[in-house]
Formats: sequence, C-alpha cells, structure tokens
Amino acid sequence: MKLIVGIIKPFKLDDVKDAVKDLGVQGLTVSDVQGFGRQRGHTEVYRGAEYEIDFVPKVRVEVLVDDGDVDRVAQRLVETARTGKIGDGKVWVVPVEAAWRIRTGETGSDAL
Amino acid sequence: MEFNSGDTAWVLASTALVMFMTPGLALFYGGMVRSKNVLSMLMNNVFCLGLVSILWAVVVYSLAFAGTGKWIGNFDFFGLKDVVDTFPPGLALTIPPLLFMAYQMMFAVITPALISGAVADRMKYGAWVLFITIWVVVCYAPVAHWVFAPAGWLFRRGALDFAGGTVVHINAGIAALAVVLVLGKRRGWPNHPMPPHSLPFTMIGAGILWFGWFGFNAGSALAGNGVAAQALVNTHLAAAAAMLGWLVAERLKSGHATTLGAASGLVAGLVAITPCAGFVGGMAPLYIGAVAGVLCYLAVSLKFRFGYDDSLDVIGVHLVGGIVGSLLLGFFADSAINEVVTDEGVFLGGGTDLLVDQIVAVVATIVFTFVLTYLIVFILDKVMPGGIRVSEEDEEIGLDQTQHAETGYALERV
Repeated sequence: MKLIVGIIKPFKLDDVKDAVKDLGVQGLTVSDVQGFGRQRGHTEVYRGAEYEIDFVPKVRVEVLVDDGDVDRVAQRLVETARTGKIGDGKVWVVPVEAAWRIRTGETGSDAL
Repeated sequence: MEFNSGDTAWVLASTALVMFMTPGLALFYGGMVRSKNVLSMLMNNVFCLGLVSILWAVVVYSLAFAGTGKWIGNFDFFGLKDVVDTFPPGLALTIPPLLFMAYQMMFAVITPALISGAVADRMKYGAWVLFITIWVVVCYAPVAHWVFAPAGWLFRRGALDFAGGTVVHINAGIAALAVVLVLGKRRGWPNHPMPPHSLPFTMIGAGILWFGWFGFNAGSALAGNGVAAQALVNTHLAAAAAMLGWLVAERLKSGHATTLGAASGLVAGLVAITPCAGFVGGMAPLYIGAVAGVLCYLAVSLKFRFGYDDSLDVIGVHLVGGIVGSLLLGFFADSAINEVVTDEGVFLGGGTDLLVDQIVAVVATIVFTFVLTYLIVFILDKVMPGGIRVSEEDEEIGLDQTQHAETGYALERV
C-alpha cells in the first residue's frame, strides 16, 4: 500500500477530486496548508507598513492506494492539478506498512 | 422646568448613537489585532461601558461639571444628587439636565476606550482596569471641565471645542503616547509582520463610528436646530474628504488604495471635524477633512521613525487629527454659522485671537495629560507585581487565552 500526497493550488481541488473519483478511488483526505517552494510569497501593505508574506495557501490531498494503482492515480493527479504556472505544487508517494478500516477491522488492501 | 421636546428627542437619540460608537470602536480595533488577541481588544473597549458609566454617574460627572471652579468641579452632583433638576452652573439648556449627564457619559466612556488601541497585545487586563479608573478621574474630568463647563478656564478664555477635539481626541491621543512609552514595544515589533486579522471587522467598526459620530457631533448642538444640521453635514463631508485624502496619499506613496486606508482616513476626518463641527460651514469641512486625511496618513509612520509602538495609531489619528481640527478651527470659525463664535477664524477676517486660544487649549491638554498619564502608568508599573505588561510567554500565547481564558475563534472545534 502507498500514500499518495499532493500539494496543489486550492482552486484545483474540485478538478483533482473529480479525476480521482473517476479512477475508482474510494476515499480522499483534504487539508488546508500553507507553504512555499520556488513560488515566492507576496507583499501586503497596512497603513504604509509593508509585510513580506512568505507562505502561500495550498491544499494537501492524501489518497491511500494499492501498489498496483500508484502510477495511474499519481499521474492523473499531476495532470489534473497542473496549470503550467509557477506554484502548481508537488506529488509524492510514501510507503504504508499497515492500514485498518475502523468500522469493520479489515486490514491491508481490504481497508482501502 | 420647561423642555423642548424636539431638542430632547434629538439628544436622546444622540446619546444612543454615541453609546453605539464604543462597540463600533471595539470592532474597528479588534479587526486590526492578531486573532489571538481579538477578545482582549474587544474587552478593553466594551468594559469601559461598564466601568466608566458607573464612575461617571457616581462621581466623575460631578467632578467635570459641578461647581464654579476654574480647574475642576466639586461633589455637588455626587451620586447624581440634584442632577434631575439642576443644570451645571452656566448651562441653560432646553433638554433635561439628567439627559445632559447621560449624553456626556457616553463621551467619558469612549475616551479611555480610544487609548486601548495603543496598548494592544501586551497590557495586563487588571492593569488596564486600574489605569482607566484612575485616568478618567484624574485626566478626563479636569479637561472636560476646562473645555465643556462654562466655569472652566478654557471655556472662559474663549477656546472653542464643539464636541471634544481636545477633551476626547487630543486627550486620549497624548495619553496613549505616555502609556506606550512605559509599556514598551510588542515582542517582534517592528520586524515581525503583525497584519490585521479581520479587516471586515474593521470596516464594520468604521461604518458604525461614522454613523454614531452624527450623534457625537450633531448631538453636541444640544438642540434640534440649524447648528445641529450644520454639524451633521460638516461631519459627513469631513469624513468623505479625509477618506479620499488618505487614499490619494496612500496610492501615491505605497502604490495601492487599501480598505484599511479608507477606514482610517474617514476616522481621521471625523476626529478633525469634532472640535469644528458646529462652528464652520461652506466648504470648510472638505478642507479640514482632506488635510486631516493626508497629515494623519503621514503621521502614522512617525512611530517607525521614533521607535514607539502605537499599535493601532491612536497617536497618529486621534492626537494628530485632534490637533489639526482644533487649530484649523482657528482659521475657519464662522459667526454666521454659530453666534457662539465671537472671534472669527483667520480666513473669516477675525485675526489670530481665536487661533491663539486654540493653541493654548491644545498645549494645555497635551502637557497636563501627558505628565499625569505618564505618572499614573509609571507608578502602576512599579506597584503592580510584575508590572503592567504581560510576561513574555503570555504575550506569545496571546491575551485572549492568558487574560480571559477564552478563544476568539474556536473554528477547529466542532
């Protein structure tokens, strides 16, 4: 099992969610995060005082998948989240040792 | 006693309008602080409605308005004694004396609340409560007596202040300077960004202040008449001109017209017109407002140059705006607008007599209140265990949690 993590632009969330559902993935976790990569922050001005705001709001998307599904789900995520402009984000894969479905106690692939 | 029902109805309404300005100010300031301190700012303001109302009714009204002393009142009106049927000496009004007391109460409430903006994020709540209790008696009552009571020495001199440019704005503004000099800067100021957490709050607050200010200024005519109408128009036009003045200055200097700039500018105009409201006419409010908008915009950067942390620009807006308005009154006062004006302003051909009186009033208020306020906070800081400032750790955690055991926005809890 693997955990696919994507940091994407917030307005891309709906597209990504729809694409991932079309692939048959049953579940998704989404959180609001902030961060920066090569995309710089921005400047805000309050009563003449300038503030450099380094962080940019992003959305973190996490999907648990079987090893065999990693490539097609990750690829779809990357394609859907892309705008071509700086700040599009990243997708990476984390190995998962074990997982349980809480309601039934099922483990392994049955938990996905 | 004979009362005019129109005058009384208007001042009754104005009393409510000015009362509403205190929660409005709370929102105006509250939006500008960081979210971990929003409740503390709201509380510092709204608590004034509780504490100062009681102080006013019991003793401060008497100290401000009773007796015939030049420098301070006396205890004739202690506990509202005789207030139902006795005017302050020299005031023959067409409204009930009790209403006059109530209307003035709202001014006494909001003046210390103004100071709260300067002490944001770092003053102990208990210290704030003690400070305003002492300040209202020692600094507000005397200055109110000097300017508003016919027995007061500035009133007798002929200094003009229609609704409290000196008593409220310069008074609070200079007090704020004294307090921040003792309190010190916020941790991380000015290097760490501390932007406003909710400008929507600030905008709502600014709108409430503009609305309430019709009661603050036009209500100070103490009558429903032409002077009140003039004061209302002046108030509105000054706010409008000051908003534009600030926005133009801001756009030219830092490249954007901001919502905080619009809110701050309109307040600066309202502050400046406060002493002038029932004494000027024609296009004067536009000039006064525009000058206040530009000068207050420039003034808010003084804190960076001189290194004092006036967190929400009480000095930049209320002290500077109050001085601008009080002095410009010396130029624009017009006896055709209000027969109370005996020495016309410079531009109306009256020479400099009024201007000199205005300068005396401004300087006297500044010196008196600065010295006494500094003494009050200096002594409080020495006498209170741990001083008037919260510990470093409490400042990091935030005042809402540490001073009030509350969270402003429990959004992550279901």
